[in-house]
Amino acid sequence: MTNLATVREAAPNTQPAYHFPPYISSVARSPRLPLVLLPDTHTEKTGPVFGHSLIRPNDSDLTAQHEGYPLGERIFVHGQVLNEDGRPVRNALVEVWQANAAGRYRHKVDNHDAPLDPNFSGAGRILTDHEGRYFFKTIKPGPYPWGNHHNAWRPAHIHFSFFGAGILSRLVTQMYFPDDPLQPLDPIFNSIPDEAARNRLVARLDMNRSEPNYALAYEWDIVLRGHGDTPFEEPRR
Amino acid sequence: MTTELKLIPSGSQTVGPYFRIGLQHLIDCVPVPEEESPELITIRGQVLDRDGTPVNDAMLEFWAPATEGKEAMGKDDQAPYPAGFRRAATDANGTFSITIRRPVSIALGDETMQAPHFLVLVFARGLLRHLISRVYITDGPSNVSDPILRQISPERRGTLIAQQDGPGTFRWNVRLQGQDETVFFAW
Repeated sequence: MTNLATVREAAPNTQPAYHFPPYISSVARSPRLPLVLLPDTHTEKTGPVFGHSLIRPNDSDLTAQHEGYPLGERIFVHGQVLNEDGRPVRNALVEVWQANAAGRYRHKVDNHDAPLDPNFSGAGRILTDHEGRYFFKTIKPGPYPWGNHHNAWRPAHIHFSFFGAGILSRLVTQMYFPDDPLQPLDPIFNSIPDEAARNRLVARLDMNRSEPNYALAYEWDIVLRGHGDTPFEEPRR
Repeated sequence: MTTELKLIPSGSQTVGPYFRIGLQHLIDCVPVPEEESPELITIRGQVLDRDGTPVNDAMLEFWAPATEGKEAMGKDDQAPYPAGFRRAATDANGTFSITIRRPVSIALGDETMQAPHFLVLVFARGLLRHLISRVYITDGPSNVSDPILRQISPERRGTLIAQQDGPGTFRWNVRLQGQDETVFFAW
């Protein structure tokens, strides 16, 4: 039996453990048997590429998807998607979803007693440009209560999903806002043990990209797994 | 090219219970099958937790590349995404169904072949980081010689093999924890 090449595991403490009891839902849904080293074969080295036909007009403007404007604080969110070599990930698919300004999701299982906004769906998507950059306009989401423990409230956040180069670049995460006092109380945010890694999920207020008399901007860069040798648009040789 | 700069990948967070708001579109928008790869298969199954309770808010993504050297990244100018990728979400009973291009055997090094399989990513409320598994599609004995499966203990190997239950249709369950816990990989 030859030794198979396997995928390097994440740097210690920079990713959440599957079993994290403060987050109650993780207890019955996380594996208990030892994980097996992931082989590093053609399957893992490749991944889907997404076409521009997936993106519709207004997918990057969540304030312009209905007849009227949504209520709440209008913001810009932008950033750069990089790989582990610090190189931009071009043509990455970025999918976002979020609660409205009142902290309510347009979803049938969200029964929080806060109003839906008829002018806000809370979904967007973008393909990164040639510098790996994304940009969208939205409304700042509100915090909301959830059932994890007594008086539990999620800090304001926007859900993000990324596809970079190769299936192992896949990342689903959440962007948080600076200076939110709910963050230290939130088991999901605190599931990442390393403080610096945790704080990289917090966006930065970006006055340079804010538009006077119109909207504040937040900047949030992302690093996806993968290196310069990960094949992207060209077939592997 | 060599570079010393290594950035640490961003931390993962759960997809949560409301992912359909932003992620349903890829489930709804299924590209028309490519003419050159008309052979499609359907995989149905159920996602279960420790207690055998159906997980009714899980999302699965299946990936299998085309033959090596050809369409390595699945680039396809006609379709918005390639036939070797599909996303599914579980319903109230924790069940999912996907129809996807049949995977092919893939070379591993110069002399070994991997049996046809998908890489499967599992997302759900409660999963702070997605799980990675594999599912093998076989109508014959080819799995026996698969070098990855051979490294899995025999008593757990079966959790990675879909059971054929009709022409082009297979069943495969995901058990997140407990009895018959699915093999998941570290990454």
